[in-house]
Amino acid sequence: MHRDDLGAEPRGTALAVAGRRDRRNLRIGIGGPVGGGKTALVAALCAQLRDELSVVVVTNDIYTEEDAEFLRRHAVLPDDRIRAVRTGCCPHTAIRDDITANLAAVEELITAHDPDLVLVESGGDNLTATFSYGLVDVQIFVVDVAGGDKVPRKGGPGVSRSDLLVINKTDLAPLVGADLAVMRADAERVRAGRPTVFTSLREAPQVPDVVRWVRAQLATWRPVQAM
Amino acid sequence: MLTSVLLLADSRLPSGGHGHSGGVEALVERGLLADVNDLTCFLNGRVRTAGLVVGAFAAVAALSRQEWPRWDWERWDAALDVRTTSSALREVSRAQGSALRRTVRLAWPDDPGLRGLDDIDQPHHPLVLGAAVAAAGGGHEQAAALAVHHLVGGAAAAAVRLLGLDPLRVTAAQAGLAPLADDVTAQAASIAVRAVADDDPDLLPADTTPMPEIMAELHAAEEVTLFAS
Repeated sequence: MHRDDLGAEPRGTALAVAGRRDRRNLRIGIGGPVGGGKTALVAALCAQLRDELSVVVVTNDIYTEEDAEFLRRHAVLPDDRIRAVRTGCCPHTAIRDDITANLAAVEELITAHDPDLVLVESGGDNLTATFSYGLVDVQIFVVDVAGGDKVPRKGGPGVSRSDLLVINKTDLAPLVGADLAVMRADAERVRAGRPTVFTSLREAPQVPDVVRWVRAQLATWRPVQAM
Repeated sequence: MLTSVLLLADSRLPSGGHGHSGGVEALVERGLLADVNDLTCFLNGRVRTAGLVVGAFAAVAALSRQEWPRWDWERWDAALDVRTTSSALREVSRAQGSALRRTVRLAWPDDPGLRGLDDIDQPHHPLVLGAAVAAAGGGHEQAAALAVHHLVGGAAAAAVRLLGLDPLRVTAAQAGLAPLADDVTAQAASIAVRAVADDDPDLLPADTTPMPEIMAELHAAEEVTLFAS
């Protein structure tokens, strides 16, 4: 893998920096393997934040409209605040190597709604998936306990370098024999100080730790736009 | 010059192409394209028809470089519109043109021809491609060749992904089609020279077949698709 793909200097490009200064909206990427809870997390964040912030969502689910339908069914956002991008069997490419379709979707939503917060949900991928910082400002990587407690140890750019690692479905840990202490220790080791939170979207759908992190990102974001 | 043009030929160029199947997904879904032979037949027809059209328009854009920014873009853009009978395909071409414009504007920020594209709302892909080839230092024949090349390459890559075809055999099929693609490219380039010399978009080809147009409309109406077209 190319060194740049690991995000060693993710915000280093002139373009990304110029983009930050010009924008009032914060773009958060939400990635991770299939079934970890990305869509449920997006729905939870929308439900928690929509009353105080203007929120829009771009979803990249491999089956196109499926995630958007989930958000609509749960009525977390009106239809016109959700865009689905079709990724041609390559969800990974659409968030990293060729972000143009996602950029177009984000810009359409910004033109229509002038949002504070843009959530870009990747299609379900694998542990090597990561967002380009040309598309998002910060990224959350969602894995779940049921995938096995060795996932943090395996690392990969999402687990190691995402701005927030969410380890979801902690309620299933006893059922699948996963040791949360091992996951925490491994995550700390590979993440070099970057934050990790444990969630159970089923038991605590308000995801307070993640909402707090998003608010902190927004708080540090706003001074930049005042420059 | 060559290296810059090769950038535009690379399927990894970030311009949204990976999300389009060039009509292959709709055919695969209906059992109308199932193996490498089917793909070869499909591409043979596409190169002769759509390939000639997109090649000629890309060549026109490359040739008109000297005219920019005074070039009457909209007249040629409209000429491609009327040659694309499926509204779904018109939208696809404009979406891909916009995506490519975003990429090449950053790659060649000072090129006056590409800067001239900023005022066009959703330009057609072949015209942006031709303009980009000119910005990269290439000529009209190369512009035509790249338009045909991407038509073939996009469909071939999608067929590999959707059907699990042997990518080596698909590459061999593309190599087999290359002489035809070269002929069509040369034809498209010479038609473009005449059209630009006479300043007459009506001289440009309008070849098409019904099936891809119909499939594009059906695809656009589908609830669940993996590719945008």
